Amino acid sequence: MKIVVCVKAVPDPKEICRIRIDPVSKTLTRCEVPLVVNLLDKHALEAALAIKESSGAFVTVLSMGPPPADRIVKECMSLGADRGILLSDRAFAGADAFATAHTLARGIEKAGPFDVIFCGMASSDGATEWVGPQIAAFLDLPVVTMVRKFESRQGDRWLVLADWQNGYRRVEVRLPALFTVTRELNRPRALSFSGILKARSKTIEHWDLSSLGVSADSVGAQGSPTLVTEISPVENRRDAEMLRGTLEEKADQFVSRLAELGIV
Amino acid sequence: MIDFTFTEEQDMFRKAAREFAETRVAPFVPEMEKTGKVPPDLVKALGEAEMMAITIPEQYGGLGLGFVARMIALEEISRISVATGMMLQVLALGIDPIVRFGNEAQKKKYLPGLARGERLATVAVTEPTGGSDPTGGRTVYSKDGTDYVITGRKCFITNSHIADVVTLLAKDENDPKAFSAFIVEKGTPGFKATHEEHKVGMKGCNTGELSLEKCRVPAENLVGREGKGLRVTMSAIGDVGRGGMVGCALGLHTACLEASLKFAKDRILYGKPISVLQTIQNKLAEMKIDLEAGRLLAYRAAAMQDRGEPSSNEFAVAKYFTTETAQKAAKMAVDIHGGYGCMEEYAVSRYLRDAFVLGPSAGTSDIMKVIIARWVLA
Repeated sequence: MKIVVCVKAVPDPKEICRIRIDPVSKTLTRCEVPLVVNLLDKHALEAALAIKESSGAFVTVLSMGPPPADRIVKECMSLGADRGILLSDRAFAGADAFATAHTLARGIEKAGPFDVIFCGMASSDGATEWVGPQIAAFLDLPVVTMVRKFESRQGDRWLVLADWQNGYRRVEVRLPALFTVTRELNRPRALSFSGILKARSKTIEHWDLSSLGVSADSVGAQGSPTLVTEISPVENRRDAEMLRGTLEEKADQFVSRLAELGIV
Repeated sequence: MIDFTFTEEQDMFRKAAREFAETRVAPFVPEMEKTGKVPPDLVKALGEAEMMAITIPEQYGGLGLGFVARMIALEEISRISVATGMMLQVLALGIDPIVRFGNEAQKKKYLPGLARGERLATVAVTEPTGGSDPTGGRTVYSKDGTDYVITGRKCFITNSHIADVVTLLAKDENDPKAFSAFIVEKGTPGFKATHEEHKVGMKGCNTGELSLEKCRVPAENLVGREGKGLRVTMSAIGDVGRGGMVGCALGLHTACLEASLKFAKDRILYGKPISVLQTIQNKLAEMKIDLEAGRLLAYRAAAMQDRGEPSSNEFAVAKYFTTETAQKAAKMAVDIHGGYGCMEEYAVSRYLRDAFVLGPSAGTSDIMKVIIARWVLA
């Protein structure tokens, strides 16, 4: 079985106070904050590695990002992935979910035949949840999003349990297929010293625009049909308002204020 | 040219160690503080994370990563629990005499189990009559046929009650100038761990006494040559023990700075966070300066050790500086926290207690100065 796992280098959520929004591009400035593997993508990788260990599989990790994203691909290889590919080119910069999915889909095609693609349900920075399904669309594959459990794997027929509104849905899927996964699926393994040593002999493949054979206007900002026009952080603000009068008067004022604010 | 940057692989070691410390070690800290005991599951977790295998050569089941990697691991673990860092550093100290002076049979017998963390090691030198002066010890051995019979008492031994394999120093009953090192295994008749200490800090890291009553060990347990045991144990303490304390001190120092930064940014006085006050900034800056300088001393010595160069003098400098400045940092951290620094709910009170234990372990600051003075006067 050949599995592709798409991973994204995201700014370390622990360094959230250092994350800034570029006022011009309206994107997060990634290079000033250490990059880490997107947490949900770690769950996707764990799903692939668990299959590799239980029934054998060749696991390829694919990422698109700036050169520093090399490190997160290497980390995935240290965790047990067999092959690592980084799609990196200035032309890929500024991609929206559509252009990202398009670039990743072309990378997956070039990487060779596969049976399964795993993606995290969303990234901790963009959080659109669109990239996985759009990759599936570009590759004309069935897709199940928000998978929380693989209930059975009988040849090319998999039965999965996925989140659906306020409940779950059980879906039977024929491979090849793409799955986006949730954190409930598994517990990602920890990086180990011996894993890091084993990855010494593994090299990362770097593919740019020309090696993917796609045109510059189909990737990056140029190939992006959507444009974020404004992005702003959530402002947490607390106001205090002192109510005066007797207890009953204060209770009445309290209810009135809640009604004014649309809370009751 | 000098390159001060860590390799990509070393950065990943740090990441792995940090992740391990934050997720697997941190949950044990409250229990260790409460009971003062070593949690068996913590030892198991250290073994699973290959922490005992770092300095053991690959052909004996280790990772053969050397001492920069060990420093990184100790720094990260001690940032969360210096008691765990101390336990781990002494496990490596116990391993070192076998790696460097053990014969092939001893290496094959002991190292694979020690690498997996299935067996634990320590070194026992200090006695009530001599620690800084190891020749003041009164533990003696005599030869009986091909066996050695050892009698005496060791004190302040880290991992005394959890170690399965102890390399200890004893002197020849008939020649008080001849010291030899022996491996004594847990369960050997006449050998037992007795009193367990209650330290002011590093709670949950076991320290205690060992008693030897006509303890008989076979000749194959002699480490190195007979009469040359001081070299075996003291070089382990000088290079591995001292280096280990440096890693512990750096981790604790980092924890002090991080806790102080967080508190200084959160604590509002005069309508502003106290981090804007120059007096607080001075303390934070001093902690940072000392930490940066300590790291340079530490990793220079560890890199020399990895290159196979003599590094015990450099480690003496690093040990003096990092343990002294970690103690200073812990005091400043408590000061920055004001009254909260005296409350056990705040980790800095633990850091201050832990910092005091850094001093005497593997040689006091005064002994470090003796070594350093001897070095500069040579």
